[in-house]
Amino acid sequence: MNVAVLIKQTPDTAELPRVTVAEAQSGQLQATMVINPWDEFAVEEAIDLSDRFGCETVAISMGREGETDALKHALAMGVDSAVHVDERVIDGGDEWATAEALAAAVKKVDTGEEVELVLAGKMSVDGNSSVIYAGVACKLGWDLLVNVTRIVDIVDGKLIAEQAFEGGQETVEVPLPVVISVAKEINEPRYPSFMGIRKASRASIPTLGRDDLEIRPSSTTRWTDLNKPEPEDVQVRIFDGASVEEKVAQLADALMAEKVI
Amino acid sequence: MAILVWIEQHEGQAVSNCWELLARAKELGGELGADAAALLIGSDTGEAAQQAFAYGADRVLAANAPTLEHFRLQPFAAVAEQAVERTAAIAFLTNASIRGGVLAATVACRRSAGIAANATDLKVEEGRLLAARTIYSGNIHAEIQFESSLAVASVRPRSFPMPAPRDATGTVEDLNVGPNEDEVRQKISEFRATDTGEVSLTDAHIIVSGGRGVAEDPPKGFELVGELASTLGAALGASRAAVDAGYIPYKHQVGQTGKTVRPDLYIACGISGAIQHLAGMGNSKIIVAINKDPDAPIFQRAKYGIVDDLFKTVPALTAEFSKRLK
Repeated sequence: MNVAVLIKQTPDTAELPRVTVAEAQSGQLQATMVINPWDEFAVEEAIDLSDRFGCETVAISMGREGETDALKHALAMGVDSAVHVDERVIDGGDEWATAEALAAAVKKVDTGEEVELVLAGKMSVDGNSSVIYAGVACKLGWDLLVNVTRIVDIVDGKLIAEQAFEGGQETVEVPLPVVISVAKEINEPRYPSFMGIRKASRASIPTLGRDDLEIRPSSTTRWTDLNKPEPEDVQVRIFDGASVEEKVAQLADALMAEKVI
Repeated sequence: MAILVWIEQHEGQAVSNCWELLARAKELGGELGADAAALLIGSDTGEAAQQAFAYGADRVLAANAPTLEHFRLQPFAAVAEQAVERTAAIAFLTNASIRGGVLAATVACRRSAGIAANATDLKVEEGRLLAARTIYSGNIHAEIQFESSLAVASVRPRSFPMPAPRDATGTVEDLNVGPNEDEVRQKISEFRATDTGEVSLTDAHIIVSGGRGVAEDPPKGFELVGELASTLGAALGASRAAVDAGYIPYKHQVGQTGKTVRPDLYIACGISGAIQHLAGMGNSKIIVAINKDPDAPIFQRAKYGIVDDLFKTVPALTAEFSKRLK
């Protein structure tokens, strides 16, 4: 059983507010691009599983030509290999085209044994949709567990995991192969070591392109009217007073008048 | 033809955000000439199914079976697909919860339908359904037009007003219950309900949050913030700094790497207002900041503020509201 981890290169979260409409439309961003922070948990879990169960790990990322920094980060953290999928394979298509390309890549990567577990982060900080891993599971015809907080065991071709949802937590058992999105609670992602970074910088990262993956075009939505919501220009009203009691009384008056309490 | 809305249930109880969505489906259906259809999937759908009529459903479809007691994607998606077909649905809508999100995505992918995930609005323009959502963590707003015959959306809680129930009943249409237990691959061995009695952050009208400002005495700080929250019937939130420092569990975290919320009132106690925090709560209707640092960025987004020590201000505010809300 080998493990593939799906990752995405996204803008540094501190720079997200500076993304412009033009950049969102073209996809060419000025921002510093890093591994999507949610995906670090998936990478860490893959490495942890390889320590626990002796499996090979491969990171897969779709992006522009040469966009491999996130993959290098995953390699530096400790995954065994990395594969880049040239985003031109989906020809500007939608989430389902992306999912099909990633599913095809999972089938295509050569890790010796077959990949039977795909890990993904819970969402990307740019697309914010949390649908790609569901699409990958659907395209592969595999089971899907979401928001997994712990992989308890993998035994006799079955995976046992804990998943959390609003208001509850459950332990679930599912036969492999399976796609899993991981929650933040699952682990503490490690920082790449100096040795890891050196190894990653020398690693060769193959690209899968149009000749390798044949993807049916899919374009089920059209994005219209992109705009940047400007934060309302609120002028803060600071309540002054001789005592804290005076200040809170004024605040309470204001909130009662707003009818929010 | 119908707009189909999945009514999520927890322990038999309908998740109330789904009624907001059902009422909106009724309005949209009126404009598009489609029924508002409610879909219930579970082992105990009876009460919620009748409630669906009260909240405006023209049709109610239910699949009731022991195999459907807990959410499992394989049987739930099979039932949902069947309901899409039965009602000739033009749209399938879910609450943007963890399960609603994954059910919407799976049904959409299987039917090659367009999806608007975590949508914040749905409307009809020129006879077409449009969805609004944000990308880049709230920093870009987009409208989505569907090119597929089925439109799918998972919709954020509190996107539409909560309707008042009317006096209506009806006959529930039974759906085929999907695969037998021995055909369902996922087995749930243990199920624990958590957070019972707590106000959930994403549903809350009011949120009171604490941040790094509690550092001089974190347990006391969060006790005070918690008391204000319970006095106001509010949910308890926290900044990442407070969670990372171990003052409070992660489930309370609001912001980029926590929950996205938009209550009517957000009271930030000792929270500086880093952009990652603002990304999660910036759309709150009214923001109140309590912070001893007058230069904290949170004051640039707040409508009301008090520049003072939270250890004095928060209990004073609790006392003030206890008096007024008696």
